Amino acid sequence: MQSSAEKKQIRKVIFASSVGTLIEWYDFYIFGSLAPIIASQFFPKTNPTAALLSTLATFAAGFIVRPFGALVFGRLGDKVGRKYTFLLTLVLMGGSTFAIGLIPGYEKIGFVAPLLVLLLRLIQGLALGGEYGGAATYVAEHSPENKRGFYTSWIQTTATLGLLLSLGIILITRQSMAANSVDSIRIFEDWGWRIPFWFSVVLVGMSIYIRLKMHESPIFSKLKAEGKTSINPIKESLMQRSNLKMVLLALFGATMGQGVVWYTGQFYAQTFLENVCKVDFSQTRTIMIWAIIFATPLFIFFGNLSDKVGRKWIIMSGLLLAVVLYRPIYHQMVNLTSTTASVVDPGLTKIERIITPVSGKGYGLQTTSTLQTYTNGIVEKKVHMDTLLNDGSEKPQVADKVSKQLPTDRYWMMIGLIFIQILFVTMSYGPIAAFLVEIFPTKIRYTSMSLPYHLGNGVFGGLTPFIAVLLGTMFTGDLLVGLWYPILVAGLCLVIGSIYLSNKVDKNIND
Amino acid sequence: MGLVWIIVGHAVYIMLLKTAFSEVLKKPVADTIVQWSIFAIIFLPITIGFLIFGWLAFKGAYDKLPTSSEEIEG
Repeated sequence: MQSSAEKKQIRKVIFASSVGTLIEWYDFYIFGSLAPIIASQFFPKTNPTAALLSTLATFAAGFIVRPFGALVFGRLGDKVGRKYTFLLTLVLMGGSTFAIGLIPGYEKIGFVAPLLVLLLRLIQGLALGGEYGGAATYVAEHSPENKRGFYTSWIQTTATLGLLLSLGIILITRQSMAANSVDSIRIFEDWGWRIPFWFSVVLVGMSIYIRLKMHESPIFSKLKAEGKTSINPIKESLMQRSNLKMVLLALFGATMGQGVVWYTGQFYAQTFLENVCKVDFSQTRTIMIWAIIFATPLFIFFGNLSDKVGRKWIIMSGLLLAVVLYRPIYHQMVNLTSTTASVVDPGLTKIERIITPVSGKGYGLQTTSTLQTYTNGIVEKKVHMDTLLNDGSEKPQVADKVSKQLPTDRYWMMIGLIFIQILFVTMSYGPIAAFLVEIFPTKIRYTSMSLPYHLGNGVFGGLTPFIAVLLGTMFTGDLLVGLWYPILVAGLCLVIGSIYLSNKVDKNIND
Repeated sequence: MGLVWIIVGHAVYIMLLKTAFSEVLKKPVADTIVQWSIFAIIFLPITIGFLIFGWLAFKGAYDKLPTSSEEIEG
């Protein structure tokens, strides 16, 4: 039974670790959440799909480099200590995020712009690669053995809450740039999108202040005092067969599947809503926000449950449900936003035409917005832009932009469908920090657990939206073709994990 | 089962390479080449890791999992 002093101490540890990790996730995710705007600012405008793919690739680059960050900072954490390593990761992440907000667009500095974005994105990925392993290890090494799943599950909420914070700040900023909503969005898409990146420096400053007051992990301090730290944690993690086998099992039997489920339920779902279902920007974000708010407590629930019944079968159940239910869920998402079986209510059709002169250029932009309300309640907005030339002729701009607003009943049903996907996330992700901490010895824990985590989440998971969109462009006949990637990867992981993982909870990690 | 993983690992990577070649032949532009090269490069060490996993499984390394650090370091 813990004393109140011990409980107070662990609460401080969780708070200090979680706040910093949450901010690092926020920094990482604002990039993905703003991918279409970043595409238009930093990548050549000639082909919107290519630009979006390029941005997603830069987004993916940040994920791919995470395992390298895991090795670099894991090594530092196992040799020098947990505390100072994840102060360093926080500074790197905050600095690179702030700098992204300062880079001039492609039209001002040409190809230097996307190169700088890519470089800073890589630094973000390296920093994140070092953050999570440290935070999870730090909390676990302070936790009593029967509460490790419960206490580390608070760290597990930070990725989702970081995403929530990024969505919320982006939404608020987007609506606050001007009194009028249309002007506000235009200004946001012009330069206001930089504000969420700059805001990161405030959050990081707060977090550095909190973390400076933390003490080193007692288990690691003891190890260091006894002179038992690893001389070469990377070599011990990967070159010693007995440890390498656990790194590989953790990856292929747990984090690979957990990673694709995480990114499908929270990132691909958002991309799918916006780009395939054509739900409008604000509704997409608020749908995600509500679903995240409702589902987040379940990380704690499943982390706590794993202390009582074991970690393995909760994780595997999350993967199984995802494999079986993804296609029906996404099919229903398409149905909820479909207008093919419905008709337009002619009494509710509105057409609005606005001409905006382009200063100094002698021509104007004509924006025609057509709002059509269908009998199933969906409001479809089609925005068509033409350039009005000096000779009076019109030159059409890029393809019409279509977006849909869902009526209240469909809106809440959509939240329900996203909530279910995040439920799978909470089942597979909630217990995983405790699981990873328990299978590796203290002296190489930071390195050994970080690597399968960031390979599974960074590479397999982080590439999910990119691969899913790419599959959609290769096989255009099936709107749901992108789901085969997470389904097959999670399915393979489910089989491997079910066969080889142990459900036994390791009581003693002080070794 | 270890042999199954070794076969699956080979099969998946070969399929990735075949898809990469066919996509690049369909559209031989810089974007496509860079994209598919990145996939091939990233998934190569992961595939090697999977084959090692398969080999260890085949050799019975996962028949009993370690329960303490002494067993890992031993």
